Amino acid sequence: MQTKKQHIVLKTKSLSIGYKTKKDYIVVASHINIELQQGTLIGLVGANGIGKSTLLRTLTTVQPKIAGDIYIQEKALNNYTHLELAKTLSLVLTESIASKNLTVYELVALGRQPYTNWVGNLSDHDHSIIENAILLTNINTLKHKKCFELSDGQMQKAMIARALAQDTDIIILDEPTTHLDMYHKAYILKLLRKLAKETNKTILFSSHEIDLAIQLCDAMIVMTKSEVVSGAPIDLISQGTFNSLFPEDLILFDENTGSFRVKNSASF
Amino acid sequence: MGVLIVCFFTNISLGSVSIPFKTIFESLIGTTDNYIILHYRLPKAITAILVGSGLGVSGLLMQTLFRNPLAGPFVLGISSGASLGVALVIMGTGFFGGAIASVLISKWSIVIAASLGSFLVLLAVLIVSSKVRDTMAILIIGLMFGSITAAVVSVLSYFSSAEQLQQYIFWGFGSLGNLSWHELLIFFIIYAIGVLLSILSLKALNTLLLGENYARSLGMNIRQSRLIIILATSALAGTITAFAGPIAFIGLAVPHLTRQVFNSSNHKILLPAVLLVGAIIMLICDSIAQLPTSDFTLPINAITSLIGAPVVIWLLVRKRKMVF
Repeated sequence: MQTKKQHIVLKTKSLSIGYKTKKDYIVVASHINIELQQGTLIGLVGANGIGKSTLLRTLTTVQPKIAGDIYIQEKALNNYTHLELAKTLSLVLTESIASKNLTVYELVALGRQPYTNWVGNLSDHDHSIIENAILLTNINTLKHKKCFELSDGQMQKAMIARALAQDTDIIILDEPTTHLDMYHKAYILKLLRKLAKETNKTILFSSHEIDLAIQLCDAMIVMTKSEVVSGAPIDLISQGTFNSLFPEDLILFDENTGSFRVKNSASF
Repeated sequence: MGVLIVCFFTNISLGSVSIPFKTIFESLIGTTDNYIILHYRLPKAITAILVGSGLGVSGLLMQTLFRNPLAGPFVLGISSGASLGVALVIMGTGFFGGAIASVLISKWSIVIAASLGSFLVLLAVLIVSSKVRDTMAILIIGLMFGSITAAVVSVLSYFSSAEQLQQYIFWGFGSLGNLSWHELLIFFIIYAIGVLLSILSLKALNTLLLGENYARSLGMNIRQSRLIIILATSALAGTITAFAGPIAFIGLAVPHLTRQVFNSSNHKILLPAVLLVGAIIMLICDSIAQLPTSDFTLPINAITSLIGAPVVIWLLVRKRKMVF
């Protein structure tokens, strides 16, 4: 890989994540040291229940960290106000939006909320950013449709357009490919890669599509029971990181094809 | 807007005493001094407009805040809180003796008690709702608060005199009349504050259409916005219940009717539309309640449900899809 002197947008230092109960901390993962570079697509993979969502929720301040530090643009995450953070970090969540009666344009326009005045009026500048986000995600023909008329794939594109309209350095997506068919899974991830390159944004997503992520991501964060590793997909393959992703009784990682296959001798 | 003006004039012209249009117009512009128009029908028509539009807005705010189409001032116990406040003032004064009672049962003590009751119940629902994530649970909690207040009211009724009971029951029928110009002014001021707070919440309301997590990620201060929305609702619903009694149904139905007609969820369209539709519906209901040409006036509370419910059912069946 060529050595680009890239700007680091998000960085964690020996971060511990987990839940706070009344007396105790339940640590889900610790010693997380990751660096996200500008203009890259980063995939976060790991087995169910390993803490992917917890990590994303911690990075987006939905839940507090347990220990360690998170820096965005070299400023500690704790020092961001709600509004500053809204202009730096946008989200695409797994939950569906409360009202599906919005048109796609209205939905994307809501991404401009951190920039608009008290009543939420859109300026010409806002409109051009919204139009641009719609063009970048190829949903121009859906612009005036209501959200309840969209397929899951179209809805996901609209949500990505909304995040783009928020005009942030970082976009974080929680499992953007669930509920989608094979074609649309690939389509969405390819779209995210294109957006990272064209808009120079840092895009972090969690996913179970390890094969696709290996092919499309600039870097990957792999969460296993023992550690959190990050690096370029090729390096991670040669280090054998993916083998430790799942229990080895059922599926195996094939380093040649970069995908998992079912073990023939597998039996329950 | 045109419909509103027509309804307004129709409402004023109808009543047990028939007054020609010419007289009405003349008394409105001040050339003729018609006592019935100026001191009875005009205040009543204005009250109807304030009540209908105010209840519609408070229903809209609640439906968006709780992301639930079943929400409304009634379902969440605001009106039952107001009822409890009023019941305490009307019937509870029996416990304190007659001397204080006569001081307490003024129009103002009823207004204050109703506002306070509705605000406290709404606050309680909100505190509990911050602990539960399920929206359905919030509605059930609101209904429970309604049951509790109803129970307290029955206990109070049991110890009350017949006159006190009658006073309370008549308050419960709802009434748009009996407001003097002076009272109407106070009503309007609190109503205006409620509507102003709603306008201030327009952006927050639209952001809430995405759900709370997205709203937070867009930099919205959820706590503050939620408080403003609740203050607006309790100011509107509480005052209306205080001055006009617990008017059923309007708070729930008007936002639905408006969404169906305007086919939008954008609050910049919905808020003025709900104000307009609420006012129109209330004027129509009041015109019917007066039973034109007869001496009777039916309880407004019964009419809003009798007229409103079939309309909403018809709209939902015809469109086959609920817009929310």
